[in-house]
Amino acid sequence: MDSVFAAIVQAPEDPILGVTVAYNKDQSPVKLNLGVGAYRTEEGKPLVLNVVRKAEQLLVNDQSRVKEYLPILGLAEFNKLSAKLILGDDSPAIQENRVATAQCLSGTGSLRVGAEFLAKHHNERTIYIPQPSWGNHLKVFTMAGLSVKTYGYYDPTTRGLNFQGLLEDLGAAPAGAIVLLHACAHNPTGVDPTVEEWEQIRQLIRSKGLLPFFDSAYQGFASGSLDADAQPVRMFVADGGECFMAQSYAKNMGLYGERVGALSIVCKAADVASRVESQLKLVIRPMYSNPPLHGASIASTILKNSDMYNEWKVELKAMADRIISMRKQLFDALTAKGTPGDWSHIIKQIGMFTFTGLNSDQVAFMTKEYHIYMTSDGRISMAGLSSSTVPHLADAIHAAVTRSS
Amino acid sequence: MAIRRALSGRIMDPTPVVGARYMSSWWRSVEPALKDPILGVTEAFLADPNPDKINVGVGAYRDDNGKPVVLECVREAERRIAGNSNMEYLPMGGSVNMVEETLKLAYGENSELIKDRRIAAVQALSGTGACRLLADFQKRFCPESQIYIPVPTWSNHHNIWRDAQVPQKTYHYYHPESRGLDFAAMIDDIKNAPNGSFFLLHACAHNPTGVDPTEEQWREISHHIKVKGHFAFFDMAYQGFASGDPERDAKSIRIFLEDGHHIGIAQSYAKNMGLYGQRVGCLSVLCEDEKQAVAVKSQLQQLARPMYSNPPVHGALIVSTILGDPDLKKLWLKEVKVMADRIIGMRTALRGNLEKLGSPLSWQHITNQIGMFCYSGMTPEQVDRLTNEFHIYMTRNGRISMAGVTTGNVEYLANAIHQVTKSA
Repeated sequence: MDSVFAAIVQAPEDPILGVTVAYNKDQSPVKLNLGVGAYRTEEGKPLVLNVVRKAEQLLVNDQSRVKEYLPILGLAEFNKLSAKLILGDDSPAIQENRVATAQCLSGTGSLRVGAEFLAKHHNERTIYIPQPSWGNHLKVFTMAGLSVKTYGYYDPTTRGLNFQGLLEDLGAAPAGAIVLLHACAHNPTGVDPTVEEWEQIRQLIRSKGLLPFFDSAYQGFASGSLDADAQPVRMFVADGGECFMAQSYAKNMGLYGERVGALSIVCKAADVASRVESQLKLVIRPMYSNPPLHGASIASTILKNSDMYNEWKVELKAMADRIISMRKQLFDALTAKGTPGDWSHIIKQIGMFTFTGLNSDQVAFMTKEYHIYMTSDGRISMAGLSSSTVPHLADAIHAAVTRSS
Repeated sequence: MAIRRALSGRIMDPTPVVGARYMSSWWRSVEPALKDPILGVTEAFLADPNPDKINVGVGAYRDDNGKPVVLECVREAERRIAGNSNMEYLPMGGSVNMVEETLKLAYGENSELIKDRRIAAVQALSGTGACRLLADFQKRFCPESQIYIPVPTWSNHHNIWRDAQVPQKTYHYYHPESRGLDFAAMIDDIKNAPNGSFFLLHACAHNPTGVDPTEEQWREISHHIKVKGHFAFFDMAYQGFASGDPERDAKSIRIFLEDGHHIGIAQSYAKNMGLYGQRVGCLSVLCEDEKQAVAVKSQLQQLARPMYSNPPVHGALIVSTILGDPDLKKLWLKEVKVMADRIIGMRTALRGNLEKLGSPLSWQHITNQIGMFCYSGMTPEQVDRLTNEFHIYMTRNGRISMAGVTTGNVEYLANAIHQVTKSA
């Protein structure tokens, strides 16, 4: 019998996850994986936080725990704690029951569920995403049925924010259009607006009647402070308006593969939030019925226990500090080598990624000659660096930049 | 007046709020959604304070004390896993180990198809997730096709293909008069469907009816599907749980494989390993050759990436730990049989009690049907009476989850059913 799928061609590798695939195939002893944004220790190893291991043990040893289905919207306790984490303990929006929250599969799942809800219920089906943005954003929103446009964000000449372009593009958006905002540690550029710039963005979005959708994948991971990294989101919520928030615990709790996240929708009123919640269930049920139990249980255990919460903050700050230190070391190394160009963006940018400004030819050169793996847009994951590998990377960058083409 | 007062307050504020407070909600016209017919039952049950209440709604296994069960093999696997692995992202297609073991269950331990690498398979979010991936895949690559869904079926099947925007039709399945299979009408529907349609088949323990075709009937179904060039998609959520023997429960699939169909299968570990909340399953598509399987798998991954990027690791580790260890696997098979046997025992007990009460109706379908559910034949009105008068919770289509029946409550249940049906 012929297959109904006989004509199917192989899909291209995912540009981000494909980097690790290529890295794994490379036999070189000096190979370096600066592709996917997963934290690595100084020794280049993945890290499971101590507090996560503790939480895991508590769960395993608790014989009373069962594996029943979670409700469609997930673990209620986790949802409350998650909303508090991003909005602040004393958030009026939470106290007034105006926040609808669903546990979802990490950041991706939260974005997808939010987007499907919007495609179904929102009068304006266009979403504006920054240029550039995480590669998967376009696919998530398109699959959900939204139409995707971009707004100016990154300025390659300054390797900083193209603020004027951002204001112009959002200023021209139709009322009701959705705006994707990276809450902190913009991926892939590491370029974040200042507090003053955020305030201007907020005013523009509110005056134009646009709907903000925050992607918060790095809370606590960017500056080392959970509250500081949540400030842009809280500014928007403080003005009483509505917004969407996708949270991920992949990086800041190291729960990557457990797929822990939450979608929160801040509404004008409690009865609206309640109806919105009921409609979220209709999006989730035909997708996967209810979310996975394990990771959210770990996160919840940590968030609700003040000792464990404090332990978590300490471990989180240590990860953030190590990355900040890697930035400094790379910058110093390039400065010492006299590598042509201004490399200050390495220490100005924030979060896991640096947008080096290297072009795809230079990236290909670095992969071929120095066995350095990164995405072709020149993005490197600082988390993949260590004190011992910074020199090798600096050599590679220097060679790529100075070689005659 | 109110606006001026409010505005004057704003003027005192050094950073005037722009726009937000005076806009009404974006969501003011969002309607409250209807409760899910299945999951809503448990919500209602939990809210009921009555001590005699019984939950025979959602299909989650309960032991004879009415308690949820975590299998011993699962507890042991978790002990081994905790503290030993990292929590890195799985590949988009999920755990390779878990998928390999899972294919063996469905296709056969020594299946040539597995050896020849002809099966495109990805870890999925339990049965729901596997069905949804297949539905999205069907939409993308066979956009002209329709899905034929049995009447009745698990209600979420309709939601899944609808959200994937695949046009759906139904085919005859349940025969109310005999409380069995409407075989002739089912074959007619297969013959009348346009060539190359997709047919959703429940591999065993049909949900909600518990009515399965016989082996002979499966062979005929296979034949007619083959003649029409239809795509057979099996939803197998109860392997091992139906008869107690996973090999036996996969018989329908093996018949189709012998016949040369290129099938798809959704597998779930929710019930047979009790991993409900872990969301562990697998979607597989049998292809012509390895090259095609690689292509199909890559495309399935493209559908997973914008939905959740990669699947959760914990449940997959539990499965591969158990199935990869011969002793743990043996323990699992034993525990599955215990669950299946308890349910078969409860079927016998329920039928026996109803007959003892002198019910005028025939209840042999209770023991003829197989798997977790019994399609009692009760009307929605009778079900409502069961809930309102006797605090018995079930879906309004008359489906009883036998897993919720215990030696402690079977008499009460039988009596209640008798009361609402005796004058039918």
